[in-house]
Amino acid sequence: MKDTAKTDGLLLGIDIGSTTAKVVLIEDEKIIYSKYERHYSKVREKTSEMLAEVRPVIGERSFRAAISGSAGMGLAQVAGIPFAQEVFVVGEVIRRKEPDTAVVIELGGEDAKIIFFDGAPDERMNGSCAGGTGAFIDQMATLLCMTNDEMDKASLEHKKLYPIASRCGVFAKTDIQPLLNQGASKADVAASIYQAVVNQTIGGLAQGRKIRGKVMFLGGPLYYCKGLRERFVDTLGLTPENAVFPDYAIYAVALGTALYASKIGEDTTIDTFIAAIENAKSYSSGTDTLPALFENEDEYNEFSARHAKANVETKDISSYSGKAFLGIDCGSTTTKLVLLSENNEIIYSYYASNQGNPVEVVRSELEKLYSLMGDRITICGSAVTGYGEELIKNAFGCDIGIVETIAHYTAAKYFCPDVDFILDIGGQDIKCFKIKNGAIDSIMLNEACSSGCGSFLETFAKSMGYPIAEFAKKGIYGKNPVNLGSRCTVFMNSSVKQAQKDGAGVEDISAGLSISVVKNAIYKVIRAASADELGENIVVQGGTFYNDAVLRAFERELGKNVIRPGIAGLMGAYGAALYSKRCKASSIITREDLSGFTHTSKSASCKGCTNNCHLTINTFADGRKFISGNRCEKGLGLEKTSKDVPNLYEFKRKALLEMQGGEAKRGTIGLPLALGMYELLPLWYGIFSHLGFKVILSGMSSRRTYEKGQLSIPSDTVCYPAKLMHGHIAELLDHKTDAIFYPCLSYNIDEKASDNHYNCPVVAYYSELLDGNIEELRDTVFLYPYLNVNSKKELAKELSGYISKKLCPISVREMRKAVDKGFELYNSYMDSVKREGERAIQYAKENGKRVMILAGRPYHIDSEICHGIDDLAKSLGFVVVSEDSVFHLAEPVQVNVLNQWTYHARLYRAAVYASTNPDAELVQLVSFGCGVDAITTDEVRSLLEERGKFYTQIKIDEITNLGAVKIRLRSLIGAIEEKREKEDAKA
Amino acid sequence: MTGNYVEFTEEMKKEYTVLVPNMLPMHFKMIMRVLKNYGYNMELLETEGKHIAEKGLRYVHNDTCYPAILVIGQFLDAIESGKYDPHKVALILFQTGGGCRASNYVSLLRKALAKAGYGYVPVIAFSFGNIEKHSGWNITVSLYLKLFCALLYADLLMNLQNQCKVYEKNPGDTDLVCEKWLAKLTSGNKAMPLSGGKKAKELYKTILDDFAAIEKVQKPKLKVGIVGEIFVKYSPLGNNNLADFLVKNGAEPVIPGFIDFLLYCIYNVVLDKKLYGFKSFIYTAYGMVYNVILKRQKELIEAINEHGVFDAPTPFDETLTLAKGIISFGAKMGEGWLLTSEMVELYHSGAKNIVCTQPFGCLPNHICGKGMMKPLKEKYPDINIVAIDYDAGATAVNQENRIRLMLSNARLALEEDITKTAPAKKDTETVQV
Repeated sequence: MKDTAKTDGLLLGIDIGSTTAKVVLIEDEKIIYSKYERHYSKVREKTSEMLAEVRPVIGERSFRAAISGSAGMGLAQVAGIPFAQEVFVVGEVIRRKEPDTAVVIELGGEDAKIIFFDGAPDERMNGSCAGGTGAFIDQMATLLCMTNDEMDKASLEHKKLYPIASRCGVFAKTDIQPLLNQGASKADVAASIYQAVVNQTIGGLAQGRKIRGKVMFLGGPLYYCKGLRERFVDTLGLTPENAVFPDYAIYAVALGTALYASKIGEDTTIDTFIAAIENAKSYSSGTDTLPALFENEDEYNEFSARHAKANVETKDISSYSGKAFLGIDCGSTTTKLVLLSENNEIIYSYYASNQGNPVEVVRSELEKLYSLMGDRITICGSAVTGYGEELIKNAFGCDIGIVETIAHYTAAKYFCPDVDFILDIGGQDIKCFKIKNGAIDSIMLNEACSSGCGSFLETFAKSMGYPIAEFAKKGIYGKNPVNLGSRCTVFMNSSVKQAQKDGAGVEDISAGLSISVVKNAIYKVIRAASADELGENIVVQGGTFYNDAVLRAFERELGKNVIRPGIAGLMGAYGAALYSKRCKASSIITREDLSGFTHTSKSASCKGCTNNCHLTINTFADGRKFISGNRCEKGLGLEKTSKDVPNLYEFKRKALLEMQGGEAKRGTIGLPLALGMYELLPLWYGIFSHLGFKVILSGMSSRRTYEKGQLSIPSDTVCYPAKLMHGHIAELLDHKTDAIFYPCLSYNIDEKASDNHYNCPVVAYYSELLDGNIEELRDTVFLYPYLNVNSKKELAKELSGYISKKLCPISVREMRKAVDKGFELYNSYMDSVKREGERAIQYAKENGKRVMILAGRPYHIDSEICHGIDDLAKSLGFVVVSEDSVFHLAEPVQVNVLNQWTYHARLYRAAVYASTNPDAELVQLVSFGCGVDAITTDEVRSLLEERGKFYTQIKIDEITNLGAVKIRLRSLIGAIEEKREKEDAKA
Repeated sequence: MTGNYVEFTEEMKKEYTVLVPNMLPMHFKMIMRVLKNYGYNMELLETEGKHIAEKGLRYVHNDTCYPAILVIGQFLDAIESGKYDPHKVALILFQTGGGCRASNYVSLLRKALAKAGYGYVPVIAFSFGNIEKHSGWNITVSLYLKLFCALLYADLLMNLQNQCKVYEKNPGDTDLVCEKWLAKLTSGNKAMPLSGGKKAKELYKTILDDFAAIEKVQKPKLKVGIVGEIFVKYSPLGNNNLADFLVKNGAEPVIPGFIDFLLYCIYNVVLDKKLYGFKSFIYTAYGMVYNVILKRQKELIEAINEHGVFDAPTPFDETLTLAKGIISFGAKMGEGWLLTSEMVELYHSGAKNIVCTQPFGCLPNHICGKGMMKPLKEKYPDINIVAIDYDAGATAVNQENRIRLMLSNARLALEEDITKTAPAKKDTETVQV
């Protein structure tokens, strides 16, 4: 039994977070000692060290102590020291010290927290997806090749903000990487990164609760980053007196812990206390370990010897004269160059980080190359590939730009003519190809969640203070690699932290990370359960495979030996160089022009259409301009040339947007154009306009729609289409309509082609969530009846009863007529979509164009949800049709899963249709977080592949950068062409 | 459904082992033993560890729900463990169907089996609307009744176990009593009388007495409710031993019983008729079954109340009125409105602290779990809910830290309560954060 709290004595608070440790000593509620240091995951050692420093201050006196923080949890347990939950103690401190505070926002290395004091007190921590705030900023700084300080300073100079996906670190990186490669200024990118952190915190944590009143900001990142502070204050619209950044921001938890120690701690002396910490040597929260990559030295030697054999011919550039061919691979994080002799020997190669400025890297390399070539060697062809393809091609006048999948394929095929399977792990992307009968049979590319694996290894190595090569080497000797999971790098990062706290060494972490990256590739991208599915000859390449630990992990996981070319990292450039051999002469920049080469970039946004593409305008010495970031030709100052090419997405959008207005005899009713409304708008519009309501439609979404509703989203892992719904409701509330209508429909329209006809739970019941989370809905009449849309009679009965009760009396008889009218409109709309689909297919046939079935769900036509992918496809020469405009051209199909959702049934039939039309390709749009699409994707893939078609999936979310999408679509075109060429050659 | 599936034949019933995933530890143990008495050779898989999820990830799409990954991983891990002859095992999956993606578990399992080369292993899909025929899987009405009894008694045992464990004086006592009753209740076909009769009443009392006799320590009651997606709510494999974690931290877990979920499933069918005007005799039949089960649940509750030592659960027909004004009965996919109702029920029965569990990205829980927190907090300002996502890649430390935050606030509220009600009493045990 302890005495009552004693607050007058000496109190010690220790806060061990995921990256830093803080110690605070207080006496009579005053801080008399404090210290803040990074612990590099050496939790116990660092704590002892810091305690040793405080020893002279405490002396022989007795004190009370407690530990807090996610990394302190295990230590406290083993050492038998009281533990205090960090958010809880902060709440206690602020309640006591600053009682007029309304909200506390605290950002740490791994966790973000928010505490509300006004109204019902509430303390929240970020969900699993939004992990790693400080860690994310660290990683982004590494990506920008800046220290945290430099990044912070730069951010204050920003001129504009780019929209960056804020769902998580991986998504954000997917948006940032291409921005850098397109030449966006680092200042703008840095500020945009902070903005993403702000959006994530507000969106993910506040979840609809308004942040107002006096806000206090705590934690390391908010203490050190002025830029981040600025973004918070700006976004929340705080007045200076309401934005508080206290001096003790980084010590708040430690301070709270100290205060709390008075209550829960026991009197102790510093020697006993240090002894307790030091004796807590073996605590572990049960990290899972895996078998070592190599059993012994012999195994490693055999492995090294085997891979050493896989090499290409090289030749000294100084002894060569004649024609040469240049390949440039401007990847997401590295830039690679290969110069080939006429006999395909490598006479020059380069591989290095692009330092966030690929143009400069290529320029200096070309300069070097020209001086090495002298007059003996002439470049006769040049090709460029990778994320920076267009920029580099335009900057230096390269002859050909090819999509990287084709470049990698060309290289692997040349290297190993019998290749069955190619896996390429680059910095940002994972690409795989299956080769059958000498042609690409299928392409698999990672989706957003598994991107950035390669560069993650590198940034992680750097953060631990090792160059990547050394880090990789260490992995080879890991005796007990730690199991770090494979979902994504954010989850891996937090698993590493946990493993480190359990005492895992750098060797085991390096090996564990390698295994995780490999598992991610095999189980998430390739989706293979066994090696047999991949064939005999497997070639692995990409810079990540220089890492022997990754290579070994891959062979282990597969249970099969693979081939890694000695130039694994150069394969893209090598392939590009090989590809450029089809050139006769090169238009590449001359030596003279190169010496006067300059490059500047600035950003702008296109006003051409609602996509509002963020453009980066690059200007070169001769005044030439290169604009990137655009989806269609408009942004380039050209008019759209393809106006009459059918595009079902455009057609449907136009048709739906016409369904609004009318006379307000009975009043106005708002319909949010989101989720299921994209399917049934004609029905509801028909009913309400017939009844004499003026229909107000919320309209197409934009980024602004999202931001408008962002604050009331309770679940950060729900799909983007659902998140947008909040903005649509906000839009309608602005219109002050008499009522807002979005019904609950467990069942969708029964098209008699599947086992059942459900909606997904989110589409079906989202109104329940809206009603509970958007307070303003109480100012209007929110109508969300449960309806049966498969019986006109029932529908009329239910609607009449419901609306009579909630809004105004409408007889069943009148409602019946309205329902008939609604269905008339719905049916004629669906018919018109099908007719337009047929017309589009006919048009494609007559004009020798390819058809793209951009298949998803009805709401995927929304311009903010599909991010203008339809326009992009059109600019690549496709006639775009939707799944609901062609599914009627194929019979219902037997699938291997439960076919019980209306939208899915259409999807499966559209896939079958695609396989009957040689000019049609199906590309599936999948929203991140769509649980039911986890089931359809495998099914659609097998439907297509069984029938000899390519499967392409595009996962979409807030991510606005279409770089990765473009690569997918161009890869698809490349693969089709390559396959055709092969078939033609055979014939 | 696909139409093609491997049948579990009568011959197989004689020599095959039917493997059962560990979804509801107490309930499945009972069910299995009952089925064993009826000649089925069942085995409950109690394997654990990270390798199960790993195995699942190999064969199931990474974005599919965590329970599917775990269940399929656990099956494949067992088949490949060498413990069984793969040609002599069958698998059984329990599912509810409906518009949630979880109704695809059986298809996903079959796909995974085929991919792993075990396409010949029969899978019995056990659900209420059983559409697949398996000649070796023949559940008679009397067996259904027995299974129902097993669930009812399992609810009772689970409930009592939770009310004793954290207070037991000698660690392990409660589990011993549980084990004893598990064995006793399944010792023969007559060991579990259906409630209503005198025999059942007496048996309830004996069980209650037995649990009441466990020696306990007096301490303030810190109740923490567990609600959520059915698998991660009950399965220790799915929720990283959540109930144990709470007990270790001095809290009493309160887990609403499985009978409520059963009643919820049946009630939804009845409701469909009301909401959508569906017409068929089926709805009348479901209505009858509903009434019978509800009656049995109430008798059990009455027995607990009469005994007077333990807190009894709330009868289902009362629970279902609780979410009124927050969410409607139409939201019936996954755990649907029941999840919200249970949170209110917990609140009213003294468990104001709640862990709402869901697999990462669970679709229905976006609405019925996370989506309802705001309205719940508005209505009950002192409700203390934490939502925890479970996933193969999520770290336990992060989950535990969030639960600890909830517990810290729970203790604070408890302390305040104690000082309010008994200001003079000083020697109550200090609660630790």
